[in-house]
Amino acid sequence: MSNAPLLEMRNIQKDFFGNQVLTDINLTLREGEVLGLCGENGAGKSTLMKILFGMDVIRETGGFGGEILLNGEKVEFATPFEALAAGIGMVHQEFSLIPGFTATENILLNREPQKHSVLSEVFGERLNTLNRKEMDVRSAAAIERMGVHIDADMTISSMPVGHKQFTEIARELSKEQLKLLILDEPTAVLTEKEAEALLESIRNMSKRGIAIIFITHRLHEILAVCNKVVVMRDGRVVQDVPAAETSVSEITRNMVGRSVETGGNTREVRDVSGLRTMMSIRKLWVDMPSELVRGVDLDIKEGEILGIGGLAGQGKLGIPNGIMGMYEAGGTVILDGEEIPLGHPRKCLDASMAFVSEDRRGVGLLLDESLEWNVSFAAMQIQNKYLKKLFGGLFTWRNERAIREVTEKYVDELAIKCTSTKQKAKELSGGNQQKICLAKAFALEPKFLFASEPTRGIDVGAKALVLEALRKFNRESGVTVVMISSELEELRSICDRIAIVSGGRISGILPATASSEEFGMLMVSQVV
Amino acid sequence: MQENKSFGAKALEFIRNNIVPILFIIICAFCIPLSGFTPSYLLNEIVTRMGRNIFLILCLLIPIMAGMGLNFAMTLGAMAGEIALIFVSDWQIWGIPGVVLAMILQIPFSILLGLLCGSILNRAKGREMITSYIISFFMNGLYQLVVLFMMGSIIPIKHFSVKLPRGYGIRNTVSLLNMRQCLDNLLAVNIKGVKIPVLTFLIIGVLCLFIIWFRKTKLGQDMRAVGQDMEVARAAGINVEHTRLISIVISTVMAGFGMIIYLQNMGNIATYSSHSQIGMFCIAALLVGGASVDKASIGNVFLGVILFHTMFIVAPRAGAAITGDSMIGEYFRVFCSYGVITIALVMYETKKRRSQNRTAQELARAAAEETAKEAAK
Repeated sequence: MSNAPLLEMRNIQKDFFGNQVLTDINLTLREGEVLGLCGENGAGKSTLMKILFGMDVIRETGGFGGEILLNGEKVEFATPFEALAAGIGMVHQEFSLIPGFTATENILLNREPQKHSVLSEVFGERLNTLNRKEMDVRSAAAIERMGVHIDADMTISSMPVGHKQFTEIARELSKEQLKLLILDEPTAVLTEKEAEALLESIRNMSKRGIAIIFITHRLHEILAVCNKVVVMRDGRVVQDVPAAETSVSEITRNMVGRSVETGGNTREVRDVSGLRTMMSIRKLWVDMPSELVRGVDLDIKEGEILGIGGLAGQGKLGIPNGIMGMYEAGGTVILDGEEIPLGHPRKCLDASMAFVSEDRRGVGLLLDESLEWNVSFAAMQIQNKYLKKLFGGLFTWRNERAIREVTEKYVDELAIKCTSTKQKAKELSGGNQQKICLAKAFALEPKFLFASEPTRGIDVGAKALVLEALRKFNRESGVTVVMISSELEELRSICDRIAIVSGGRISGILPATASSEEFGMLMVSQVV
Repeated sequence: MQENKSFGAKALEFIRNNIVPILFIIICAFCIPLSGFTPSYLLNEIVTRMGRNIFLILCLLIPIMAGMGLNFAMTLGAMAGEIALIFVSDWQIWGIPGVVLAMILQIPFSILLGLLCGSILNRAKGREMITSYIISFFMNGLYQLVVLFMMGSIIPIKHFSVKLPRGYGIRNTVSLLNMRQCLDNLLAVNIKGVKIPVLTFLIIGVLCLFIIWFRKTKLGQDMRAVGQDMEVARAAGINVEHTRLISIVISTVMAGFGMIIYLQNMGNIATYSSHSQIGMFCIAALLVGGASVDKASIGNVFLGVILFHTMFIVAPRAGAAITGDSMIGEYFRVFCSYGVITIALVMYETKKRRSQNRTAQELARAAAEETAKEAAK
């Protein structure tokens, strides 16, 4: 036995087209060790795991820098299958199970023990029959190794969600060569009791010499089972200590804060408690895939900028999408004393609400049309703006001049880089497309604006401009703005109050001046 | 949860899941007395048609298993079977040897066509049914080109009974009188006036056993996996494209065999039209038996053939008895086949949508419960 650690990652670097996402990552992991990996969304955890697992997306985007050593030997995986063969298993966030198969069939998918027959001798291996008895034995052994009991003969589609997760883990455990198991937020879908069982099974596996990388947002779980904790932020490792020497609050601080002293507190923040309630949301649920909202109660004051933050998948995007009718939703939403029916985008727009979607290419823009069209389209459809009547109202005609004027106005105000207002929306860069989406919403002259992830995927300069435009729109026109963003710093820079969503509910509302640590605690408080 | 359901709810669910077969049982029960056929005649007809059609319908099962839906392109296999039979009758090889030779001869043709069709369908994932439907039309054109212009001029066809008098092309009808029902008559048993073609049923039995066995093989397991979730199967290392390709090839080859059995029973080939409706009728029969786009069993095949063909037999007479016009029955059978396929497609979509809505329903229920709790306080 050599003394080399099971896994060593040295100076891992990765950029996506010049955008540095991982810088100088060093990790070591010994046999049977449990490593807790945490960090905000976008901190680079997933990218790091993808590199380790040899996912196609890494090679397609130009590979990575640094080296990976397995048992002291340098390895480079071209495909996930090579990583699997080398003994690395991964349980993904999204289930990778065949719904109509039993747990046993899924556990041994494509690795079924087989019986030879005359026909398979003639026509090849694939006509071997499956050895059901042996399959039962092996899956039972894998379930036994996991230490949590699940019904091996139950089909996946009739299982509770936690058992699906356990089936995935059992599948990895059924691989004889397994030495390192990556669990990517495995407890996210589990109930309290199931999560307990999972932690127990992690301890079991670690006793059997399997090393585990455990990614989760539930920090107390990390402290409960891990030997060491690695915290990532902005593509760097900011903390790497034995689990016994740290605490939940220290990890939270490291996860969230650039540093606690700086941040948004230099700016004046308006006190909104005395203002009239503009929108009141009660018991809102939204069925938006992977952004479920389970029961949100929220009051939004007139003229404020309210930020909604939280970790990805907790439901913050579901709130605007549900209210604006993009996904099925229920509950009551009252705007200015009038109830807004859910599931009717048109009614929302008629009530003078506007929505800048996070999906700007799908929902926000008419990609193949000119900027003029994009800016004026919604206002034309909803409010009959930019139209002129001919022959005493017999025909309605587009007022091309008014359309051009309004587009030019916003191109100037928002500093949109384009060759002309006739340019097609798809030809603009991401940042400028986002500005067009804002212009479209501004042209509606709404009373109430939802801006969902308005700065996603755009560069720093454009970000500042977009935020400034939102702030100006709020201050000058008195429009109530609700901005949803996963970047806390961004919310703190322009919002008056910030609501944090966790587990599909509002876990708390704080003034933008509150410390990063307080926000961090809210973010992980009810994670499901 | 399911045990708690009342008997009524269960019955309702059973009816909802089996609406098509139930509807057809009612239609048949209504039409049989009206048609005035004797039971032995009716039974005879049904048994004959079972022998004729079941093999063709069984070939649809494997693509359904592989998640490719109803294989409208089984017509391709039927064309291969017809071409093989044309050659065999040109060579004047009759009886059982002729049938066996035709069956062997059609294998390379249908493998070729199956490979072509399968690789096109691999490029049209998620739209297999409409694509296979259009492929069958396209291949019909190629088939006509070959049969009408190339046979006799490029491809040697000698015998006058097959060739058109102008010197090339195949006659509208090729008589198979010399091999008519030779499979059916060998080992046939007569029970109280009902002729049972034992050999044909034996062949069908062997095919059923093959399908049951096939489901237990590694390849069958892979097909089921691919059929339910292509991405998961791919992530597990299964070669998705190859698996789908094989399923179409097997289906096409089986359709070729099925077509030869079908034609030897009929006793002639309608060169330009035999295959054109066959896919539609086979699929309709399968759906009448209670199959759906993503699920079909051997039981569905048998039930479907019995119900669908009973309706075929009795509808014209029943129609004549009611309206005095026998065309109404003919109209009825075409109307029914298309209607059944439409219903099956619509039900498939609604079922998919209903399962998607489940999360929304759960959330709504949770919200309602919470409200109730608060009200109780």
